[in-house]
Amino acid sequence: MQDVIIIGCGIVGAAAAFELAKYQVRVTVLEKENDVANGTTKANSAILHAGYDPLPGSLMARLNVRGVALAKKLCQKLDVPYRACGSLVLAFSPEECATLETLKARGEANGVPGLEILSGEEVRRREPNLSEKVLAALYAPTAAICSPWEYCLALAETAVRNGAELHLETEVTGIEKAGGLWLVHTNRGDFSARYLINAAGVCADAVHDMAAPHEFSIRPSRGEYYLLDKAEGRRVGCTVFQCPNQDGKGVLVSPTVHGNLIVGPNACPVVGEDTSTTAEGLAFVREKALKSVPSVAFGQSIRNFAGVRAHAAETSDFILQEKDGFVDAAGICSPGLSAAPAIAEYLVELLKNAGLTLEEKPDFFCQRRRVRFKELSPAQRAELVQENPAYGRVICRCETVTEGEILDALHGPIPPRSVDAVKRRVNAGMGRCQGGFCGPRVVEILARELGLWPEQIQQDKNGTWLLCGETKGGSAYV
Amino acid sequence: MFDLIVIGGGPAGLAAACSAWDKGLRKILIVERDQELGGILNQCIHSGFGLQYFKEELSGPEYAARFVELVSHTGVEVRLDTMVLDITPEREVHMVGKTTGYRVEQARAIVLAMGCRERTRGAIAIPGTRPAGVFTAGATQRYVNVEGYLPGKRVVILGSGDIGLIMARRMTLEGAKVLACVEVMPYSSGLNRNIVQCLQDFDIPLYLSHTVTDIRGKDRVEQVVVSQVGPDRQPIPGTEMVFDCDTLLLSVGLLPENELTQQAGIAIDPRTRGAIVYENMETSMPGVFACGNVCHVHDLVDYVTAESQRAGAAAAEYVLSGEETPGRVIEVKNGPGVTYTVPQHIRPQRLDKGCGIFFRVNRICGDSEIVVTSGETQIAKFKREHLAPGEMEQIHLPRVLLDKAGDALTVSIREV
Repeated sequence: MQDVIIIGCGIVGAAAAFELAKYQVRVTVLEKENDVANGTTKANSAILHAGYDPLPGSLMARLNVRGVALAKKLCQKLDVPYRACGSLVLAFSPEECATLETLKARGEANGVPGLEILSGEEVRRREPNLSEKVLAALYAPTAAICSPWEYCLALAETAVRNGAELHLETEVTGIEKAGGLWLVHTNRGDFSARYLINAAGVCADAVHDMAAPHEFSIRPSRGEYYLLDKAEGRRVGCTVFQCPNQDGKGVLVSPTVHGNLIVGPNACPVVGEDTSTTAEGLAFVREKALKSVPSVAFGQSIRNFAGVRAHAAETSDFILQEKDGFVDAAGICSPGLSAAPAIAEYLVELLKNAGLTLEEKPDFFCQRRRVRFKELSPAQRAELVQENPAYGRVICRCETVTEGEILDALHGPIPPRSVDAVKRRVNAGMGRCQGGFCGPRVVEILARELGLWPEQIQQDKNGTWLLCGETKGGSAYV
Repeated sequence: MFDLIVIGGGPAGLAAACSAWDKGLRKILIVERDQELGGILNQCIHSGFGLQYFKEELSGPEYAARFVELVSHTGVEVRLDTMVLDITPEREVHMVGKTTGYRVEQARAIVLAMGCRERTRGAIAIPGTRPAGVFTAGATQRYVNVEGYLPGKRVVILGSGDIGLIMARRMTLEGAKVLACVEVMPYSSGLNRNIVQCLQDFDIPLYLSHTVTDIRGKDRVEQVVVSQVGPDRQPIPGTEMVFDCDTLLLSVGLLPENELTQQAGIAIDPRTRGAIVYENMETSMPGVFACGNVCHVHDLVDYVTAESQRAGAAAAEYVLSGEETPGRVIEVKNGPGVTYTVPQHIRPQRLDKGCGIFFRVNRICGDSEIVVTSGETQIAKFKREHLAPGEMEQIHLPRVLLDKAGDALTVSIREV
């Protein structure tokens, strides 16, 4: 029996597990996929928003501003790539200039520090590649960028190191209340706990409906993106937005913490977790981005992807509520990534009010470091390779990722089970050749270390098989 | 201190190292990131290599083995499983390897021979889902020929580059069903012999002026949609064909692998995406040479060998005779019908007899003239019966002509 079961290990589930792991509470996280961060968390703009968008007084406003402040410290402690790059909202018309004033006032009401409206000339001096047609811009110094999947992984790993249990490939099929406890049925048996947290993202309505009467519906909204080569990574220095409209925050152009340029998203209602891209969607994104930054070289594209926002139909705010020990964390669309650690604090507060005893763990261990070979000096590299020759074998040539780093991940608290899980941990395959070179080598390492045959290794989720069998000549590994 | 460090132990690097040894250099190092020499040739187990250079038909590994053998009879040092991470303008080469450790080696001259990589799905923005089963043709070739695994059983191939064509045959021989080869251009970019031997001989249809417009499948590829494209290369609605398949292979172009080159500050030609080179394959950084597919993508390894031998010899000359005082430089430009030229710069005073110019055309041409002009003056003309973008062309300009030319030459195509 557990004190708390968290359903879903995206950024919200991981942050909740992390927050609870600070206390003497037995926590289990159930995740249906074979890795953490495998839904909305891995496919979004990777922006930590300053907090001028949400309406003052909303949960979103409060938790966004607190969340980004917490993120800054957390990312540092947990070795998560983070850069305070600041953001700009561009205005192209007098009406949009008025919108900037509204956003600024909203931001100030929300407690966002340092907001400033810049003239077109001033903003082009800071960002020379912006369009000549920009009349003014709202500058927010506290906006930042991060690696969302490593953020989620770092929180989940820290929770696991501090005693939380994580069950991957464990899909919730039913929930009932029995003898004062919540009983959770899954494809891997039953789990029970006094409290449940529903952090199931796009499936949060379905999970809620298993435990309680229907109350809200998630209306997934898909956003499509371009990721561009590092050659384009300095096209802009800060995250560049356009004025928000009914479809959300509009198409942005932003550097990423990995040195690439990200462009997107559009907004398109979809059914379920439909993350396909479309010719129309990508064309829309391209056109809008060129309005802000006319020189973006789309010929340098290395990947397209799409993510699904978990909008609630009934409210534009987050749904954070508790009843009978069942806690919903639903409708976590943007700025969910920004707000995550503050959402987690809020959820724990809800549990406390519902009777969960919170005694701090004296030995809570909140630190995480990993080797990033690429970022080391020649002297550090030499020393490292001498200590452990596995750091001398470069597996991913685009991102300079070594076998040693992949082995570290395989021996970490949440070992990767697929090629993409390796990518999310060490960046192998994230570069311009998109795993064309390192893919077969990562498969070989995974097979060797996990004691599997290469044809058992998956690209990503279960079912994403890579190899269907041996050739007539047979495997080279026999 | 090495006289010469060669980065890459594929056909380009091997030929350059041998040639530099023959010219008298004795302290030569080849750095190769794989566990054996030979580069991509090791996974090219089909035949057709060496017809030009050896006048016999060899497989890729056989072709490589001839040069590996030559190198083994020299004193050239080879470091395998070692990756070069950085080249400085002072010609220090940073490298790391599992057994060789992290080292910084000083070189008098450097030959860049890192080859090229494949374009991916992201580069051409194919819409659809992102299931497993979309591979580049080269990665598939590695799985099948080196690792001994088949990545799928029902296959559509996008792009009719040579690797795609070769893999159409290879997958068929391994028991997979290759449903179609799809090419966005109205002509194939592969060699004609490969179209005949790899597609026609196996009844694999080639759809010219077609492209993949949708990929379907949640976890693994289940279908791809192929549409005809108009002269603007945009899909024509209503022409969709759906193929039930589990694999999409991409053979949509090769890109010279020039990250090290760019980091070092060497000038790159946006047309070739390789270093800008002089007549002797020297780059904008004195003492640094580039050859093979890192410089521009070749059709035949035989041409890579010839070019790399020139680069190796020039590197040796650089080390043995020192840097020459700069003289006159002729810029070579591409005119109508030509997409790039190599070399981009010629120093006529450094030539004995003349200079070969390699280039590609931008469309299929019948009876044509290759015209070389200097300003308004036509200085040379070469006749060809057939020109195609998939086939690298070569002309030779004698020194006497170059001496008379101005500071810029233009190579263009005139159909007659």
